[in-house]
Amino acid sequence: MNFGRQLKEGLLTQNPVLVQVLGMCSTMAITTSIANGLGMGVSVLIILTLSNIVIAAIRKLVPDKIRIAMFIVVIAGFVTCVDLCLQAFVPAIAASLGVFIPLIVVNCIILGRAEAFAYKNGVLASAVDGICQGIGYTVVLLIMCFIRELLGAGTLNGIRIIPEQYPVGMLTLPVGGFLVLGTLIATMQWALARSKNKEESK
Amino acid sequence: MDQIFELLAITLGAILANNFIFSQFLGICPFLGVSKKIDTAVGMGIAVTFVMGLASAVCYVVNEFVLTRFGLEYMQTVAFILVIASLVQFIEMFLQKSMPSLYTALGVYLPLITTNCAVLGVVLLNVQSNYNFISSVVYGITGGLGFLLAIVLFASIRERLVFADYPKNWDGFPIALVTAGLMALAFMGFSGLKVW
Repeated sequence: MNFGRQLKEGLLTQNPVLVQVLGMCSTMAITTSIANGLGMGVSVLIILTLSNIVIAAIRKLVPDKIRIAMFIVVIAGFVTCVDLCLQAFVPAIAASLGVFIPLIVVNCIILGRAEAFAYKNGVLASAVDGICQGIGYTVVLLIMCFIRELLGAGTLNGIRIIPEQYPVGMLTLPVGGFLVLGTLIATMQWALARSKNKEESK
Repeated sequence: MDQIFELLAITLGAILANNFIFSQFLGICPFLGVSKKIDTAVGMGIAVTFVMGLASAVCYVVNEFVLTRFGLEYMQTVAFILVIASLVQFIEMFLQKSMPSLYTALGVYLPLITTNCAVLGVVLLNVQSNYNFISSVVYGITGGLGFLLAIVLFASIRERLVFADYPKNWDGFPIALVTAGLMALAFMGFSGLKVW
């Protein structure tokens, strides 16, 4: 078990959003305020961890041919639980995330990790993988929320930082989602290429 | 008459003003993944349109006559994704038997549609906006047409992008995302389109 290495993979070298480029829809759609990003990130973290655990636990009982259908049923079950919890305890966040909470079912990150990791590894390793990948996803969401909310609306979590007449309103619109995510992935590619070059030149 | 105007408003909204890709962020994965060539983009767009229309119809029936009747609304997500998955599987088998040429043309994209969030998204949005049967089907099909329009335009730009000169770190997804962002900016112009 190597928690540190898995955490590094989830955050940097195998980041679900910036390197594997999975789960783009929710990443761009809901990152307009910090509260949204945190709600979505934590929901995905919980669902990813739980579904990884369950899928790893039953991986030997499931025939190969119907595994995808089974993954989807397990994931959809957890998504429904989280959806109902959000509606009951934080209705404001549930309302602003809207249709994107049930859409976690078809978020490629969760299905991707189930297929690539949980189906081949033990329960504990899968749980750790779920947590690390979930943290990686949440961190990217928060970075995007920070950029878009600060520069687009001039606020942070509702508190005004930049006076009203200066922010670039475009960034909170769909356009901003595409541009900010594109810039982040480009930065990530630059950073990874640079660290690779350094290792080679040593 | 009112019904016709409502349908026209839905059509215009789904294709232009509230385009699934550029303003609702649904179906981004296939949009970025399958848009390197125009041919495959057209195939994917048609397949998605077909499945979205069909899924809207079937899920409306399931929701109205099974889930709502027995008070099982909380099972919507699970029920819909199962309906969509089996629908896609069924279409795949049907095409393989009756239209093998279309089946080979769509190839690997067909099973991928199950995890396209535009399909589950359109079904959930239909339920949320309380559309009746006809409106649901129209929203499904026109939403798919909007997706088709977006992915074909995007693919034709990307084919030219190969020859463009841009920083190496922007290779692949970043430059595609920036292109899509500029297209979204152009599509924002349609949001003033409120004729009805």
